Amino acid sequence: MNQLLRELAEQGRNEGAIDAFLEKHELPFVDGSKVTFVFHGFVDEVYLQHWIFGLPSSQQFERMPGTNLFHLTIDIPARSRVEYKLEIRKNGQRRLIADPHNPHFARDPYGANSVVQGAGYEFPDWALEDSEARRGETQDHKIESRVFGGARDLRVYLPARYRPTRRYPLLVMHDGQDYERFASLVTILDNLTHRLEIPQMVVVMTQSPNRLHEYADDPRHADFIADEVVSWADERFSLVDSPSARGLGGASFGAVASLSTALRKPGVFENLFLQSGSFAFTDIGDHDRGPLFDPVVQFVNRYRDAPTRPAQRIFVSCGTYESLIYYNRSMVPILRDTGAELRYVEARDGHNWENWRDRMREGLSWLFPGPLWLVYE
Amino acid sequence: MTTLHIPDHVHILGPQRLRPTLRPALDRAQIGDRIATITGGWEEREGEDEELRSHVARDVVDLRIWGRLEGVFAANQELRTAMQERYDRIRVLRRLYQRQLSHALASARELLTTHDGWCEDLYELATEASIDAVRIIDRKHREHVADIHASFRERLDPSRYPELARQREEIRATLESCSALCIAGGHVAILLNRMRALGVLDHWGTRPIFAWSAGAMVLCPDIVLFHDRPPQGAGDAELLEPGFGIVQNLVVLPHAKRRLRLDDPMRVALFARRFAPARAIALDDGACLEARQNVLTHVDGSSRLDEDGSVVLLQTSGSAA
Repeated sequence: MNQLLRELAEQGRNEGAIDAFLEKHELPFVDGSKVTFVFHGFVDEVYLQHWIFGLPSSQQFERMPGTNLFHLTIDIPARSRVEYKLEIRKNGQRRLIADPHNPHFARDPYGANSVVQGAGYEFPDWALEDSEARRGETQDHKIESRVFGGARDLRVYLPARYRPTRRYPLLVMHDGQDYERFASLVTILDNLTHRLEIPQMVVVMTQSPNRLHEYADDPRHADFIADEVVSWADERFSLVDSPSARGLGGASFGAVASLSTALRKPGVFENLFLQSGSFAFTDIGDHDRGPLFDPVVQFVNRYRDAPTRPAQRIFVSCGTYESLIYYNRSMVPILRDTGAELRYVEARDGHNWENWRDRMREGLSWLFPGPLWLVYE
Repeated sequence: MTTLHIPDHVHILGPQRLRPTLRPALDRAQIGDRIATITGGWEEREGEDEELRSHVARDVVDLRIWGRLEGVFAANQELRTAMQERYDRIRVLRRLYQRQLSHALASARELLTTHDGWCEDLYELATEASIDAVRIIDRKHREHVADIHASFRERLDPSRYPELARQREEIRATLESCSALCIAGGHVAILLNRMRALGVLDHWGTRPIFAWSAGAMVLCPDIVLFHDRPPQGAGDAELLEPGFGIVQNLVVLPHAKRRLRLDDPMRVALFARRFAPARAIALDDGACLEARQNVLTHVDGSSRLDEDGSVVLLQTSGSAA
């Protein structure tokens, strides 16, 4: 038991003392590699639900005898970031809730998770709004897609001080609006540009209404991105007309879509930004990831049989607590052996937007180095 | 102690965006109505100087050095090719220099942080030798870059290119009617090369110069590029090339608080010792350095990096810089 909880147990176990205790301390307790979660309430059982690949996904809390205080201590290595929820059970009913004692949340398209940060984790200051950074401009557009038949939403980021007389690199980001909402993409672009760590660049954020199908090596998607979106952006913005100044990126299925598009449309994008790619494959037999993964597995198996260089420079990142870590680690040497320059980064994190946020500085500044050594304004 | 030499007519300022100090500096120097500005370091944004004009409240003429040279290059394929070749060679040279530096600086850093409590004199000898090795690499790089530029400038003889000669003459004539020259920051290599190509300082003499950020860097004997916290790489400061050398014994460090680990005595000491006898001066927002007969008469917000690893706030009066 955590030392503080032990002291609480020794002091007395009345509800008032417990409330005062919880009020006083920051929870969960992080003590070196030990993290103690606490729940106080009139329930029967409490479980920790997390998404750390390799640990049981549900772990039961222990009740402090004679109280309604539940606790669980687990090992979380230094510099980890773990998203979780609490499952509370009462009268046969189960409910998933955010940890009421933890003020830290991470949002995603499905809601919010509580977050615990292991010892030594540092929140990236470059992901917070910086009052000195000039703000870029975001614009909402619609593109008429011949490939998909209908209008698609695009959101465009123009850097601060955008001038049509200058030519800019182009980055196309799958699920870019999610990146903006849940991974602070626009704030990060403003900050990294202000710090001269990336060049001023135009970013086109796409958002698919049917991403799990379209991103899974669908040839229409490659046509849409490489032909329609790039041409559309070229016509409207002042862009460098060179594949080496174009990048394509995404996370999860978005990384699959990026790799698939780069392979189907060689010479359009020479920079790939692949985060936690869902690069599932099989060496023999069937996979167990469900039918949505069928085209992905076929695509990755085909690629592993006959790999070609998808781009000059590839940034790959993955969390070590993701089930996808095995696939990403396996893809790295294959991609590198094609002659691509590849940077691979792992972090003690899961399959979530803040993991992708935290790797953005390293990835973007590596793919698109800024002028920080030469510009002193 | 090395004496920092800032001529009376030169005013070194910190970054101007958040805490502009140019106007008070102009007022102190009793500068009249027509001043010339150089905003070529801003590249495509050259001349977008509404804030600057409003701040100085004087008649301003921008020399448009970026645009003028773009025009010259656009009209002359031979020159454009020569420029491209020059930068290709410098890029290769810079990569090689960075590789040399990374090893030499790693050795110096290791020795600067290695002490076992006795035979300190021997540790100091070894440390000094390691820093000397860095200085030799710097000196050789400076010579090689200067050679490349010299050979380019031979091809850029204005008399061979009437358009270039015309632009140089226009600048000379414009400057005749100006009482001060203000050099803004921006891309330091572009600023330096275009000022040189257009002969901006050739006829300026000792009329007042007000320079900030990259504009101040080009006035130094050597231009030192620096960043202790880059997102990629070790953050090894490097020499770009010689500057105009109008001020002596000075390396200026704009945005030092943001770019340097001033709280790391080892890095501060290494920087100060490597570039000695030049003094490394941090220029943050609001900074200002002025001198009369080599005595600092006005100092705000400037700090000196010392060889013992400390950072000392500069004071007005005395030549302590």
